[in-house]
Formats: sequence, C-alpha cells, structure tokens
Amino acid sequence: MQALKADNSGFVIGPDGLQRLLEVLAGEGYRVVGPALRDDAIVYDDIDGVASLPVGWTDRQEPGRYALERREDNACFGYAVGLHSWKKFLFPPAETLWTAQRGSDGAIAVSTPERAPDKFAFIGVRSCEIHAMAVQGRVFEEGPYTDTAYAARRAGAFIVAVNCAEAGGTCFCVSMETGPRAEQGFDLALTELADGAEHWFLVEVGSEAGRAVLEQVPHVPATAEQAEAARAVSERTASGMGRGLDTQGIKDLLQDNPEHSRWDDVAERCLSCANCTMVCPTCFCSTVEEHSDLTGENAQRVRKWDSCFTMDYSYIHGGSVRSSARSRYRQWMTHKLANWIDQFGTSGCVGCGRCITWCPVGIDLTEEVAAIRAAPEEGRSR
Amino acid sequence: MQAAALKDPFVPDICRVASARRELADAVTLELEPLSGARPDFRPGQFNMLYAFGVGEVAISMSVSAHENRGFVHTVRNAGAVSGALAALEPGATLGVRGPFGTGWPVAEAEGRDVLIVAGGLGLAPLRPAIQEVLARRERYGRVTILAGCRSPHDILYQRDLERWRQRLDVTVEVTVDHAGTGWHGDVGFVTGLIPRSPFDPDKAVAMVCGPEVMMRFAAGALLKAGMPAADIYLSMERNMKCAIGLCGHCQFGPAFVCKDGPVLPYDRIAGLLAVQEI
Repeated sequence: MQALKADNSGFVIGPDGLQRLLEVLAGEGYRVVGPALRDDAIVYDDIDGVASLPVGWTDRQEPGRYALERREDNACFGYAVGLHSWKKFLFPPAETLWTAQRGSDGAIAVSTPERAPDKFAFIGVRSCEIHAMAVQGRVFEEGPYTDTAYAARRAGAFIVAVNCAEAGGTCFCVSMETGPRAEQGFDLALTELADGAEHWFLVEVGSEAGRAVLEQVPHVPATAEQAEAARAVSERTASGMGRGLDTQGIKDLLQDNPEHSRWDDVAERCLSCANCTMVCPTCFCSTVEEHSDLTGENAQRVRKWDSCFTMDYSYIHGGSVRSSARSRYRQWMTHKLANWIDQFGTSGCVGCGRCITWCPVGIDLTEEVAAIRAAPEEGRSR
Repeated sequence: MQAAALKDPFVPDICRVASARRELADAVTLELEPLSGARPDFRPGQFNMLYAFGVGEVAISMSVSAHENRGFVHTVRNAGAVSGALAALEPGATLGVRGPFGTGWPVAEAEGRDVLIVAGGLGLAPLRPAIQEVLARRERYGRVTILAGCRSPHDILYQRDLERWRQRLDVTVEVTVDHAGTGWHGDVGFVTGLIPRSPFDPDKAVAMVCGPEVMMRFAAGALLKAGMPAADIYLSMERNMKCAIGLCGHCQFGPAFVCKDGPVLPYDRIAGLLAVQEI
C-alpha cells in the first residue's frame, strides 16, 4: 500500500457499491476478510459479499461484558470493534517457522515452507486498528531484525477503513490520539450513513491502489452536504466517548511506581487468564514450540502467541522471574503504556478497549492508571 | 514486498560438533564448526541460539574468543530439556545455530584501564572470551584481576585456564568456594568478598560481572562501595529467550530487551530495575 494523503473531497457509493467493492477485491486475488457474526459475537473472518456482514447488528461493550443487539437500521458497520483484531491475519496465532529433518546419516537439515504470503483485503478496519498495525509494524519490521513473513503480509494488505459512527462502551481512542476518524494508513476509508431510508457510504481514497479499485465501483463525487454529514459522524463519535486515559507523563509515572500498592490491589482481581493479551491488537509476544512426528525424524518449529501472564513466559532455570499475578499485571501494563515508548517510540495502547471488555473480571486499565496517578508517591516508601 | 528477500532471522545454520569435553559433573563444552565452512566472528559476551533436534532452542554464550579460531565454543550446563539434549551431543552430531546475538563486553573500551573480572559459577563461561582478548593484548590494559566464585572445589569451571592465568605475573587470579571440603586450602566465601582486597583503581577500572542475578547485584554493590562509578560496571543479564531478535518479548527487563539491548548492560542503566523483585 502506497501512502497518499486522503482525498478530502470524497465520493459516494451505495450498499450495492459496497457489494461491488468486495467483488472487485476478490476478483483481484485478495482474500477478503471482514466482520461477521459467529457464536454471538462479531469477529473478523473470510466474507463473501455484503450478506456476510453483521447488517443491522451492534455490540454492547462494558468492562467484562459483551453482547450483540439489534439495530434499528441496516448499518453494515454499526458496531465498535470485533472480538479479535486483524493481528490474527498479519501475525497468525500459530505459524510454522521452519522444519527440520534427520537424514539416514543422522545429520539434520532445515527447510522453510515455500509459500506465497496471503494477500489480504481487510474490510472495516477502525482507526485504532490502523494505528495498531503501525505499532506492530514498528516491532516486527523496524528493529535490527525483520519478521520477513509478517512484513510481506502487511505490505500486501489492502485496507478498507471504516470511520466509527458511535463510540463503543469501552473505547478511549480519542485520548490515545488514534481515532475515531482514520486519517492515514488505508487504501479506502468509508463513513457509513444509515439514517432512515438513506443508506450510503462516503469514500475517501488513501492510496493509488485504493483509487484503482474505486475506479471499478460505481461512484459519484460527494456533495458538500454529504461530506459535511460524514464529518459530523466522526465528530459525534469523538464527543460521545465516555472513557479516557490521561497519558501525560505516563512513562515516568509507571516506571517510577513499580512498588505502588495499586499493583497489589489489581492482583487481587486479576485471574492471569491472558485474555487481555490475546485480544490486544498490539500484543506481539510469542513462543516457539517443537513439534515432532511419530518417526522422530521430522520436527517443526511452530511459533504461537504467548502471554506475559503465563508462568512459562518468564521461566529460567530455577523458576519463573514473575511468579506473582502482581508482577505479571505490572509487567503487562507497564510495558504496554510506558516501556513500549522507550522500545518503539510509541505507546503500545491504541484505546480500542478490548482488554477491558474481555477481562472476565472487568479490570479497566484506564482506572488502574488513574489510581496510580491519584497517589503516585504512595508506593515509593514501601 | 522487498522485505521478503531478506534472510529469515528465525532459520538456523547447521553446525557439527567437533569436540565435546566434560567440564563439570553437569557441564560440557562443545566446539562447533559450521557445515557451510564459514568462520564464525563474534564479540566476547555475545550468544547463540542452539537448537537440539526434536527438543528446542536455548540461548548460550560463546565461551572462547573468535580470535582463537576454534569456531563456536559453548559451555552448556544440563539445566533443562534443551540444554540437557545439547550437553549429551557427541562429536559428529549436528545441531542448529542462530547468531551471534546481543551486546558484548567492553573489551576495546577498557583499553588503558584496569580490568576486573568477577565470575560466579558458570558465569565464567561468557567472560572467558573477554579474558582471552584482554590477555592477548595485555600491554594495552592496566592491572588485570580475575575473581571466580564457585559452589565447591568440584565446581571450579575452566580450572586449567585459571591455573595458567594464575601463573602469569601480570594477572591476579583469586578463586573462592562457598563450601570447602577437605583438601581445599583456598578462599571460602562469596566472590563479592574478594572485591575489597583486589588491586584496581576505582577511577580508572572497568568491571565485567557475570553470574547468578543475586551475585551480580551484590558484586555491583561491592564495586560501588569500592568507589567505582556505576557506568563502568557491566553485568550480563539472563532472561527467558525464544527468538533472540527482539520479536518475542520474553526477555524484557524493564524497557530493555536482554537479547538485543543486552545481555551485557552497564549497571547504571539497570540498577533501578535490579532493585525491584520480579521485574
């Protein structure tokens, strides 16, 4: 995807235009992935046209709570964010890195799976999620070593962003400066307007690839009123966001308070279940498992998502470095919001709210930060 | 898409075990030669990821300087499934090697200064390449002191090297054991106890420390007490490692990734973290 400044004049397509857009992308060889209803949740999965989208559904998200509800309109993207993030496609939960074979002479040989990277078209990517891809991109592509498979998948992805029309119950992207309006990092960006009888999308073009695809979809230039109506959607979403994270000085705040009593408090609630790390669109930790076949002559190295909430994660001979829930929660939140800035020049949090929604006990990291901020010196005397 | 043309950093090269030598009851030194014929180049203190077929991968420092032209030499202690499988390898066996990774000891930066080596147990292994390179250019350094601590006289690593170094008139070598048996006439006690009586000028010395984390913390404390600035004290940290290239997250130590920002880190950068339990 080539970076191009968004074309602010915009175009308008209808629901049939969206259908055509999905067909064009499929026709160009993309694996088209978007929101879909599965098991009473909206997840991102392979889709087959507009009929696959969660038309007329929304999600109700609160700390530790998630439920689907019927909408009064036929909006295709009338929910906040899906359960999973797009990372499951760019950074698969399990991936064979290489295989090893032991020959008849006992010597081992290594081979890498030869395969063309998946070419994804992501439909309905929120601004926070675009930022999350950029954050993971810094981790996987901009360090001294590049995850070449990840880089290939990301470079080949076509991104259709959707500007959020309402703030989810656990969203705080405004305070993280990651949304709700997608400003860059997309090929096409949609704003959906589904008021009463009218149902149309304002389309902004973010790249040459996006322009080429839009050429194949019937569209008309947006009127000034339509462009204004789309802008108003993002403004309304921003002003309707009930949650925020005060990021002022947050790196020093957390790095200077490793012994704060709030870590004990949150450890009383945290189950170390790792849900937050699985749903987080930026969490990048992985482990590698050795899989052998029954002959013992073939082995696979399989990379899998890992979580700093497990005991194995920090295991070195003699035991785990972080054996308490307190130290594991502290590691996760301090890394996400503070150490990440030292490591990658950006926060690891994009304000999508998934960790709050999917925490089985409803731990809200914005509340945890606020509690430490309210009494930052308390822990130092310990 | 051009990134796809880069070498995949997860894929190891295959090496053959040229020799396997038992060092201690639970430690073996392997000399590895790459099947490609490449001559390994690395800095003292760096490490490789060694892959035992069918078992897994583990981070092990090189224990002989690249200048000695002996390929990759690793001293492996049988401490788990992977290191146990590596320690059981016999000459001729093959294994996977990725590396070298990480930062090295400040051997060049220490020129013109006193050098203090403080090793606890197997911590002498990653320090040996630094000792070899300092002694190979002995005239470039001030006083050189090697302090080695072991659990018992049976656990003295590289005893022949220590004896050879001790015979030199331009190196001070002190060995202490935690628990002595009969027949041990040397020092008894922790290696940190040797620091106050060691000959070095705290204002113009570099200390390189490797051992269990608690030992390094106390050693750094003793060096500070002796008057050394924190920035001149270097420790080699150990954390769980899966990828060794900054992508898997496991080795984080505060903001540092031990694999790419370390393992050798200056004490002034990590003193605050070392004081926090379970960080």
